[in-house]
Amino acid sequence: MILVFIEHSNRRIDDTSLEALTVGRQLADKMNVPLHGALVGSAADEIVARAGEFGVTVLYAAELAQPDTYAPAAYAVCLVELLDNSKPQAVIAAGTERGNEIMAHVAARANLPLAANCTDVQPGADLIVTRLRWGGSLLEEAKLTGTSKLLTIAPNSVPLATVEPTRVTVQSFAPQLSERDYRARVTARVETAAGKVSLASARVVVGGGRGVGSAEGFRELEELADLLGGAVGGSRVVTGLGWRPHHDQIGQTGTRIAPELYISCGISGAIQHMVGAKAAKHILAINTDADAPIMSKADYVVIGDLHQVVPAIIAEIKARRG
Amino acid sequence: MNILVCIKRVPLTGDKLVLTPDAQTLDTRLLGFTISPHEECAVEEAVRLVEKYGGSSVALTLGVEPATEQLRDAMAIGIDRAIHLVTGADDNAPEWDPLATAGAIADAIRADGAAFDLLLFGNEAADSGGYQVGIRVAHTLDLPCVTGVKGLEVNGNMLTAKRETAGGMEIFELPLPAVVTVKEGLNLPRYPSLPGRLKAKKKPIVTSSLAWRDGGLEKLQLKLPPEQTHQAEMLGKGADAAPRVVDVLERLGLL
Ligand SMILES: Cc1cc2nc3c(=O)[nH]c(=O)nc-3n(C[C@H](O)[C@H](O)[C@H](O)COP(=O)(O)OP(=O)(O)OC[C@H]3O[C@@H](n4cnc5c(N)ncnc54)[C@H](O)[C@@H]3O)c2cc1C
Ligand SMILES: Nc1ncnc2c1ncn2[C@@H]1O[C@H](COP(=O)(O)O)[C@@H](O)[C@H]1O
Repeated sequence: MILVFIEHSNRRIDDTSLEALTVGRQLADKMNVPLHGALVGSAADEIVARAGEFGVTVLYAAELAQPDTYAPAAYAVCLVELLDNSKPQAVIAAGTERGNEIMAHVAARANLPLAANCTDVQPGADLIVTRLRWGGSLLEEAKLTGTSKLLTIAPNSVPLATVEPTRVTVQSFAPQLSERDYRARVTARVETAAGKVSLASARVVVGGGRGVGSAEGFRELEELADLLGGAVGGSRVVTGLGWRPHHDQIGQTGTRIAPELYISCGISGAIQHMVGAKAAKHILAINTDADAPIMSKADYVVIGDLHQVVPAIIAEIKARRG
Repeated sequence: MNILVCIKRVPLTGDKLVLTPDAQTLDTRLLGFTISPHEECAVEEAVRLVEKYGGSSVALTLGVEPATEQLRDAMAIGIDRAIHLVTGADDNAPEWDPLATAGAIADAIRADGAAFDLLLFGNEAADSGGYQVGIRVAHTLDLPCVTGVKGLEVNGNMLTAKRETAGGMEIFELPLPAVVTVKEGLNLPRYPSLPGRLKAKKKPIVTSSLAWRDGGLEKLQLKLPPEQTHQAEMLGKGADAAPRVVDVLERLGLL
């Protein structure tokens, strides 16, 4: 059996878990074994139906005494119980913050290896996985061993594939938890103020790098972003210098952006920066150096000083809008 | 507070990744080395906490001989001493997987004997991105663990940790001693000063050599992702390019 850990919210399975289910289904087919799912909480009808569309035949629902408290170790115990009882060939979760965290707890408890952020899985006695390194700038082919193979699937790496809906049997269970599993737990949540366009979801991102020259230099970039209803971001150099707060950073150790257009100003185009802009549909680079690496990674380029180019673009937009 | 920080030496990749002919590792002959930005923040946090509450800090690395460089860097910004688990003479020594790495780190922490209040890790190593060493060490030492932390506060023997979620922040509370894995953005790390660097040269590093261990995740080969080649359209030079830029904005439906 292949077991997939399912993350859900508001009676919907998260897309990242649907990707994990897709990979799980394909692996189960190739290995000729059933696909089971596991979730923490109650299995709402919508979730059960959706699981069926991905070929799940048994859905385990772990009912916790403290259902509203997120504690990674407690969630892991739910999976470890299933692992011990039914010895699945593989346990798969989404490579999300929680998915990776919970699976690492499972791996630690079961003393099994774990391959995080896989993009491809080939069956066999050992699994051959392809996984992300360097935040996705490099791929690794690896052999994953263990009595049960533990892996997570990198978000947005596989197209969703449904099947002829299966009949799903729901099995609720109450895992054996101790106080120790709740030592680290969420005790409060803070919602971010709505209103501001978030960097991760903006349709236009105006990014600034060392070439902007100062914190004040970002004013023109702010104005351009405002005109286009977009958000401002930057490179690690500008967050490291304190010109921008860290949450504006785009890249491997910052935010991943996916805009229609990324206007990159005074940024050289280092790999760790560009990996954060992989999902941008179009890139416009403004740089004084025609040989900067970003120039070969962009769709549109302007060679010149951003402090002349950006104000000219702003003026042109205003002129056309009248 | 007694704090241990785990750091990993990784190549400082430039504008392009180049593999060795056997595709086992990055060609690092022309590259410098560093630690992950996450771990830089872990080091900075350890130094700040000791400045505030007293105690001492230790940096630990499992890596090749030249990883001494990264330990000295950490000591230059204020870490007091270091533990170096040596895995080979140079950067081509075989890589350890996360399970094996965590096992060796946990052994070393026990062997060190100091009672640590806090063990800090990066959320993930910059190169291999395993997302697990901190959690494994926590489990082996039977400590509570929180990951992906971007805000940390100590209140007596309790810890409050913040991490970002899609819609805001999650606040964790946990008792010390604990393992915390952090992300860049936790703080703004300082740069080492010259006196800091000089002092670091005199701080103690305890080394021991380890034979390679198999953790069950075996790297077969590295591959570069398919290159997204772009035929860039040159829109012009300087301010004169503005009309063509705005044409593009119009074409993309962004005005
Ligand atoms: C493990 C690791 C993780 C990292 N994660 C990230 C990350 O998440 N995000 C990130 O951004 N970086 C990250 N980095 C750092 C990255 O490698 C680069 O150092 C950084 O992206 C460079 O920033 P920059 O382009 O602003 O600066 P530079 O590389 O210095 O480039 C400045 C550019 O501005 C141009 N310029 C100068 N003046 C002007 C002007 N007046 N007008 C127009 N152009 C001008 C120059 O020609 C140059 O191309 C990471 C590094 C490591 C090792
Ligand atoms: N070889 C190593 N030496 C010291 N610390 C390490 C090593 N490998 C990983 N770590 C620590 O564990 C964190 C997570 O690593 P990983 O689980 O491999 O992504 C890193 O950010 C480091 O803090």
